[in-house]
Amino acid sequence: MTRPDRSPAGGAIRLDALTLGYDRHPAVHHLNGTIRAGDMLALVGPNGAGKSTLLKGLVGEIACLDGRIERGVAQRAIAYLPQAAEIDRSFPMSVADLASMGLWRRAGAWRSLADDHENVAGALSAVGLSGFERRPIGTLSGGQFQRALFARLILQDARVILLDEPFTGVDARTVADLIALIRAWHGDGRTIVAALHDLGQVRAHFPQTLLLAREPVAWGATDLVLSPANLARATQLSEAWDETAAICARDHAARPHDGQDAGHAGHGHGHAHHHPHPGTEGAA
Amino acid sequence: MIDPLAPFIEFGFMRRALVGCLALSLSAPPVGVFLMLRRMSLMSEAMSHAILPGAAAGFLVAGLSLPAMTLGGLGAGLLVALLAGLVTRSTVIREDASLAAFYLISLAAGVLLVSLRGSQIDLLHILFGTVLALDDSALWLLGGISTLTLFALAALYRPLVMECVDPLFLRTVSRAGGPTHYAFLGLVVVNLVGGFQALGTLLAVGLMLLPAIAARFWARDLGGLIPASMLIAVLSSFGGLSLSYHLDLPTGPSIVLAAGALYIASMLAGPRGGLLYRLVRARHLEA
Repeated sequence: MTRPDRSPAGGAIRLDALTLGYDRHPAVHHLNGTIRAGDMLALVGPNGAGKSTLLKGLVGEIACLDGRIERGVAQRAIAYLPQAAEIDRSFPMSVADLASMGLWRRAGAWRSLADDHENVAGALSAVGLSGFERRPIGTLSGGQFQRALFARLILQDARVILLDEPFTGVDARTVADLIALIRAWHGDGRTIVAALHDLGQVRAHFPQTLLLAREPVAWGATDLVLSPANLARATQLSEAWDETAAICARDHAARPHDGQDAGHAGHGHGHAHHHPHPGTEGAA
Repeated sequence: MIDPLAPFIEFGFMRRALVGCLALSLSAPPVGVFLMLRRMSLMSEAMSHAILPGAAAGFLVAGLSLPAMTLGGLGAGLLVALLAGLVTRSTVIREDASLAAFYLISLAAGVLLVSLRGSQIDLLHILFGTVLALDDSALWLLGGISTLTLFALAALYRPLVMECVDPLFLRTVSRAGGPTHYAFLGLVVVNLVGGFQALGTLLAVGLMLLPAIAARFWARDLGGLIPASMLIAVLSSFGGLSLSYHLDLPTGPSIVLAAGALYIASMLAGPRGGLLYRLVRARHLEA
């Protein structure tokens, strides 16, 4: 380990040869780099590229297969909006109560929420859900429900916010509102990482992009990363697992991986032959 | 003319039975409400079977002794809850499957233990309870369980609701999810053990779930569901005991059947999605 071993500054997250995956098969493979404090980073890549997996790893929902994540904030101070929330929408709960869950870190299990009525009302009004406070969550439409989850994110007041395809099934006007909200968070200096499919949105609003295709393809300024060549390389990704893949023999001592194929001589997994190993921060 | 209050005024054992059932009516239904909302209604049925070997072991060691059977039942129930929870949280098996596996093992072990000594009658005793023979220690136990349950639910309320609605969110903001889950399973076991003193292991589930499910037809949110379920359980206990006295019926099944009758009435006439309300199409609103 050549790097000095200190935690990154508040709001930053350092990824060190990070490999995440399922059943030992990597879904994010040897990812190096730093999400700086205050970054507004888009995660882009085809289906199965490891975007959701990376976010799950960042929030600690799945364990690292290899490498590590150094968080500049407490793991539980990271706010995370999953792609398919496990939320039971038939549960008899009001919209205000759902949003109030975001106050957990401050209020915990017992402290009163009596003084927070204005905060909750403010968060709901910020996402255009004023007047919905008493409505049961089961009566909301998909887009309205997503707005309610954003109200909860507002109340979480986190330094780091992870969003997994936050605009799926949301109408254009709501998307515009939510993007304005995310930009305001960015203005506050919060770190934002969002997995997105709409490249137009990414180009218009996200200064930084990480293009993933299981292997990192490029990471840096959005217009450089989203070049036709990089995008073409990303789409070559094969979604299928190689059931017979050998154990990854990539030499960990050969890090950092910012040279093309440095230390990859003994590399033996089948899936990796579809594309060359790129420099992770080549475009930065 | 039948006076529903007469048996309780006349006989001390009926008053004891009523007090015991009322204590249970305040603690078991709120637990049942959460079970129902987590779609774990049948889990309590499984747990009630899981208690059996412990109670049987207590019976084998000490005969029809309340403390021995209670401790045995608690031990077996908590062990199964803990093992099932551990397997669910650390393997691919889901909660219902892991619970089913453990309760079947537990139930078979219980039946085996009972048959080692004891007769069919003893087994029936454990399965169907002794509500008319509640002594002081049984009443203390039921009162204690009721008090413990209500305080524990109050303390766990917020994380428990969050764990029901959005377990992933609770995991990301707090470590409280696991302990909350186990504490809740513990409450289920404690209430079933309490219930089996009065109603027997099988019928204890009835007083836990039927009022909770019936309450769904009367109330929309938790603040209404919990009191409604308690009220239905109290009415069932009172009505069931009174009927069993007047018609000379076994008490445990009478109480649960009373709860069942209230459930069917609620299903028909309850204002929140009851069948009769579905038949009449109310004029829709302007917006």
